[in-house]
Amino acid sequence: MDLAVTILEQGLIYGILALGVYITYKILDFPDLTVDGSFPLGAAVTATLIVKGVNPYLTLLISFVAGALAGVCTGLIHVKFKVRDLLSGIIMMTALWTINLRVAGTSNVPLFSKESIFNNDMLKSFVPESMMPYMTLIIVLILTMIVKIILDLYLKTKSGLLLRAVGDNDRLVISLAKEDGNVKILGLALANGLVSLAGSVFCQEERVFEISMGTGAIVIGLASVIIGTSLFKKMTVIKATTSVLIGSVLYKACVAIAIRNFEPQDMKLITAVLFLVILIISMERKKKVKGNA
Amino acid sequence: MLELKGIHKYYNPGTVNEMCLFDNFDLSVQKGEFISIVGSNGSGKTSLLNIICGSIPVEAGTIKLEGKDITREKEFKRNRRIGRVHQNPAMGTCPNMTILENMSLADNKGKFFGLSRGTNKTRIDAYKESLRQLGLGLEDKLNVKVGSLSGGQRQAMALLMSTMTPIDFLILDEHTAALDPKTADLIMELTDKIVREKQLTTIMVTHNLRYAVEYGTRLMMMHQGECILDKKGKEKEEVSVDTILSLFNEISIECGN
Repeated sequence: MDLAVTILEQGLIYGILALGVYITYKILDFPDLTVDGSFPLGAAVTATLIVKGVNPYLTLLISFVAGALAGVCTGLIHVKFKVRDLLSGIIMMTALWTINLRVAGTSNVPLFSKESIFNNDMLKSFVPESMMPYMTLIIVLILTMIVKIILDLYLKTKSGLLLRAVGDNDRLVISLAKEDGNVKILGLALANGLVSLAGSVFCQEERVFEISMGTGAIVIGLASVIIGTSLFKKMTVIKATTSVLIGSVLYKACVAIAIRNFEPQDMKLITAVLFLVILIISMERKKKVKGNA
Repeated sequence: MLELKGIHKYYNPGTVNEMCLFDNFDLSVQKGEFISIVGSNGSGKTSLLNIICGSIPVEAGTIKLEGKDITREKEFKRNRRIGRVHQNPAMGTCPNMTILENMSLADNKGKFFGLSRGTNKTRIDAYKESLRQLGLGLEDKLNVKVGSLSGGQRQAMALLMSTMTPIDFLILDEHTAALDPKTADLIMELTDKIVREKQLTTIMVTHNLRYAVEYGTRLMMMHQGECILDKKGKEKEEVSVDTILSLFNEISIECGN
């Protein structure tokens, strides 16, 4: 039972990250490695602000903005300086390591006795004691649902349609008299904003900021997106965002089961093998419009 | 309304492969004209369209649209007034989006893409009506992804989408070349109908000499970056497929192929 709760908590928190990766990888068709830096960026910003006594709920918003700025930088490097998508992400990911250290001040910030979105006086005053063990899951669930619903609504707006169009066929966006680069930057900002938000929630749940917490975040995100979208490919009733969240929970479950039977140092190898197996099963094939103009 | 003056276009400038395509090229297009351009491969037809649309820069010369100099204007800005259909049917639509979403995108061309609803329910009947005119049964498939349609259906949609909002200029870049003869005829008839209805100034590049002769009000033949035949109005009506075919053979023999 405890294991199930932990898997759900972690799966849903990483689900927010997966929604961000879904925007770049699936919608924009942009392999964005910035994620490995923007996830701990959200955590670093949150840890610093919480230590300073800022309201933990407010840190969620600020983390989102910080991540969005990182995304804008990746976008500018790619669009304005014409650096390849993969390299733009790597440059930002590398730069963010230092920025995260500077923001947090040190490589490790414990938050054990501090208030968080899961543990504060306001919550304690109206939630009965018996409910407290499940409060984390309930709050994570609410947060993830809010993010998912807003994203669903956004993708149906005019701006959202344009975002989907730019990944599908950027020539069409140009023919609609819109600068395709700006739409890509917007998408990267949104995606990294979500990733950073996930980092903020994760650091409050773990009650610690750790500089290396983002290492491999992109793999978790990609695996969740690919599991989710290929598992429910045929079921058009289920929204892509829902399947991504389910994918994230399933991935965390797989990792949890694998880890029980192996040593902790095997973790990365298990992750790699798991990711490979998922890729082979789902047979990700890329279809893209080729331009000749 | 469109004036190209003294256009110079080089490919690979500054290298041993430098190739001069246009050397002091002029072209003037009147409002309401429907120009068909024919010519061999490499004669500069598609480059000409790309220069007009701003997809490729020019080394020298000016491009004026209704008196306004647009030589340095970016491609996406020019597209506010230009609609373009490409040779590849996949380029004019978004394959992973539904017909309705594609139509909604095209309908919002030139306007702000903000946070209001992407698909306007009150416009659905209008979309259905214009799709019905195609006679391809697309009006009943609004929620089908465009990627699952055939090339001809997609090209018909691309044509419809590029002419949906008021534009000054329609550019057709061999837009029937990838289609089977029957579908090509259908798309060509449709093109003619839309151009007449909306009174669009049109430039069409084609390899189909019959289309070039049958449709349009002006016929041009290009060869090595120059216009070697330019017939308008009455003169154009007298041109037959045989005349341009023999001219075509002449220039091909010159080139040695």
